[in-house]
Amino acid sequence: MSHLSPERRQRCERLIALYPEKRSALIPLCHIAQEQDGYLSEPAMVEIAAMVGVTPAEVQGTATFYDMLHTEPVGTYVVGVCTNIACLLAGGDELLAHAEGALGVRAGGTTEDGVFTLEETECLADCDIAPCVQVNHRYVRTTTPEALDGLLAELRAGDRADEIPTHGTLIRVERTTGLTTDPEAIAAERAAKREEAGA
Amino acid sequence: MSLTDAPRIVTARTGFDDSYTIDRFLATGGFDGLRKALTMTPAEVCEQVDAASLLGRGGAGFPAGRKWSMLRKSDVSYLVINGDESEPATFKDHLLVEGDPHQLVEGVVIASYALQVSQAFIFLRGEFALGLERVQTAVNNAYAAGALGQNIFGSGFSLDIVVHPGAGAYICGEETSLLESLEGKRGFPRIKPPFFPAAIGLYGEPTVVNNVETVSNLPWIVLNGGAAFAALGEGRSTGTRLFALSGHVRNPGVYELEMVKHSFRDLIFSPTLGGGVPSGTGVKAVIPGGVSAPWFYEEHLDLPLGQDEVAEAGSMLGSGSIVVMDETTCMVKAAWRITRFFSRESCGQCTPCREGSGWLERILFRLENGQGRREDLDLLLDLCDNIAPGLAWPPQQTTICVLGPSIPSSIHSSISRFRDEYLQHVTEGRCPHA
Ligand SMILES: Cc1cc2nc3c(=O)[nH]c(=O)nc-3n(C[C@H](O)[C@H](O)[C@H](O)COP(=O)(O)O)c2cc1C
Ligand code: SF4
Ligand code: FES
Repeated sequence: MSHLSPERRQRCERLIALYPEKRSALIPLCHIAQEQDGYLSEPAMVEIAAMVGVTPAEVQGTATFYDMLHTEPVGTYVVGVCTNIACLLAGGDELLAHAEGALGVRAGGTTEDGVFTLEETECLADCDIAPCVQVNHRYVRTTTPEALDGLLAELRAGDRADEIPTHGTLIRVERTTGLTTDPEAIAAERAAKREEAGA
Repeated sequence: MSLTDAPRIVTARTGFDDSYTIDRFLATGGFDGLRKALTMTPAEVCEQVDAASLLGRGGAGFPAGRKWSMLRKSDVSYLVINGDESEPATFKDHLLVEGDPHQLVEGVVIASYALQVSQAFIFLRGEFALGLERVQTAVNNAYAAGALGQNIFGSGFSLDIVVHPGAGAYICGEETSLLESLEGKRGFPRIKPPFFPAAIGLYGEPTVVNNVETVSNLPWIVLNGGAAFAALGEGRSTGTRLFALSGHVRNPGVYELEMVKHSFRDLIFSPTLGGGVPSGTGVKAVIPGGVSAPWFYEEHLDLPLGQDEVAEAGSMLGSGSIVVMDETTCMVKAAWRITRFFSRESCGQCTPCREGSGWLERILFRLENGQGRREDLDLLLDLCDNIAPGLAWPPQQTTICVLGPSIPSSIHSSISRFRDEYLQHVTEGRCPHA
């Protein structure tokens, strides 16, 4: 019995087929598993391991290297506040402290109702609208405590669900075709081209 | 000052609200560069890029044409686009992936044709959720338009592009770490040599890694010719470049400027660019080129924004990001925050980087919080010297990748210039700016 839903399982299979080596799909697959469970659950890791041909320990060992892959449950909304240099100069520390107060958790923590996880992040590459805040990796551009409060209230009320989907950075990424070229045919074609150029 | 009338090469479309759509792209010359490239031989395209003197826009500034010429001839080879963009205060590729994803895809197909690679990958940092959607949509559109897939525009050239997400790790911007990550592994940079993935890259095959902005220039270069690109700028720094301006300026943002023709002062103070420092105080320090770069001060502001000009002055243009810190900024806190970043993002393979960054961070933290000692300053410099012997710039390579030797930059800069401010933290037992 598959832990991932049939639809997700299919997306995983299609992704795997895009790479010369299966293991390359490991991280994309972890993102897809997080869509379903919110985090990288054990059964998901076991299933991913089988799909890409590594051991579950290798999936876990790889995943723990990356900040976006959570091996423990997180809230429905992961709120990231950047405090790196450009955001620091714009009051990123204060905004993070405000978020801690508003949510009643320290950075890294999850609210008791499981709605929010708060994270202090490194630079999110949006430094001109500082301090930068992301929710589930969507830029929300709430640079003041008031704007952040408003956003948190809207999220709680479910008003931003369209714009900010739940977990998974790939949840709205859909590739319309598989590979259209056959690797062996490509290799032969490139070899011929080189010969032609060399001749 | 006046801006030069250089054309906008990579941001020509980004002013439009619908700049990311295929309709806008096709209405504004989309795929014209690719169509032209396909009428040329791959070698001719390479010649144009060589003639353009296009320097890599990812940080190291290596000439793209030279890098391409180093690709080992092989039936299987790859092009990998670096869209990890995690160098603090760098946000120019963000604009390109969200603002003009089709131009990026067009550039990737042109480069793939010139290099005759068998497959191309676009690696985007995982936090670019919208960027991933937009670039994937652009790839889908390119397939549908015949600009990607089998027999592109009837030329006989075929190619697949795969859009690949990262998962949150600064180090994956380092090209060999990126390849490890793309292979589904922890992002550990690879031991050099080989110095370039062009010899041994993805899956051990020859691979070219280029930055998003670098390849986004290609449609224009092919259409207008390498000479037209080289006519802009000066010396080795040709064309235009994206500068990501942040910190204490009135108008932070990404500006496309002709290389070398403008100074730091122009960028920071021109009313149509940065607009000056809002607090009205002076510029205390400027970080050019990302937090790995040594700092600049008031006396450097008239330096031109050119790769060699900045290097000769003892720093680097790096990723093209410029952070302005006004007189109210605590230099100890700034150096501490940057060091904490390195400490968090060190991959941990090399002792000087892994242990050194943590020690430095803790010493800076106690200094910032008024618990430091006078001797801490020398201790910091001594530790820095252990990571980058002689504190030279560019630093000596003591570790597997350049992250380690970049750690001393902000510490060495701030102590050299603002020793008194450090000591004030010690004597007052608190941060004077807090
Ligand atoms: C620690 C570290 C981080 C880097 N991060 C990036 C990055 O986010 N994006 C990028 O394009 N290059 C980055 N680079 C530079 C790449 O290793 C590589 O030089 C570049 O992608 C090559 O592309 P280019 O020649 O087109 O500039 C980084 C290098 C190091 C050492
Ligand atoms: S220098 Fe630092 S980041 Fe680079 S490989 Fe060594 S430990 Fe990893
Ligand atoms: S420093 Fe915060 S987004 Fe770049």
